Amino acid sequence: MTAPGLHHYLVISALLFCLGLFGVIVRRNILIIYMCLELMLNAANLALVSFSRFNNNLDGQVMVFFIITVAAAEVAVGLALIVALYRRRQTTDVHDLTTMKL
Amino acid sequence: MNALDYFFYLFAGLTLLCGLMVVVNPFSRNPVTSAMFLVLMMVSLSGLYVTLHAFFLAAVQILVYAGAVMVLFLFVIMLLDLKEEEHRKIKLATLFLGALSVGSIAFILVKLLGNARLVSDAPSAEGSTIELGLKLFRQYTLPFEIVSLLLLVAMMGAILLSKKEIK
Repeated sequence: MTAPGLHHYLVISALLFCLGLFGVIVRRNILIIYMCLELMLNAANLALVSFSRFNNNLDGQVMVFFIITVAAAEVAVGLALIVALYRRRQTTDVHDLTTMKL
Repeated sequence: MNALDYFFYLFAGLTLLCGLMVVVNPFSRNPVTSAMFLVLMMVSLSGLYVTLHAFFLAAVQILVYAGAVMVLFLFVIMLLDLKEEEHRKIKLATLFLGALSVGSIAFILVKLLGNARLVSDAPSAEGSTIELGLKLFRQYTLPFEIVSLLLLVAMMGAILLSKKEIK
């Protein structure tokens, strides 16, 4: 084990992003897919903060601040959409929501 | 390697473990369990932010994500009452192909990072509230105001979408 540098943080960020992507592909509950999207957003945040730390530039942290705000807005609207969808279709399984499929 | 560096490995391991438990929990299919592990993952990620000296963002991460966003998630999960859908099985082919494709993407990313020559100075940037606030209100005033407008729009949208019927 060596002292953690930029590489270490970026590898963690990449792995976290891939975990989120795996969840989006494999899981079928639309709420869990949404949680995995949050996981991917957080991985991007981690990459931005570590770049900001190791390049002595605080702009990256301001960007993360904005990303957190936009993610909160996105969660509010997305969950409202899921609630509206559930009210109409009585399901949260993406395999049952295929109206727009050809 | 000083004692503080061990915290990186501790929090990094915790973050990845909890992230894994959100996606593939071998013990439970319940969305509530996933949400709880997502809360744990947010908290350990804010620990990683502390090791990066981003103290303000660590606090905001816990307040906004672990506090507000996850409460909203849990609220919706319990509102929808998803009991009968827990026991549906994931197809083995989906699992295998998903793991294959995502695994190859992860391999490419990590290999790329291993070969990259990243420019990194000796770290000295401190993400304390004062510096971040000065930057936010001097250099980024306009985006800050636009984000406040975005939050207002999102709030109105959420209220409108979750009404019983849209007229």
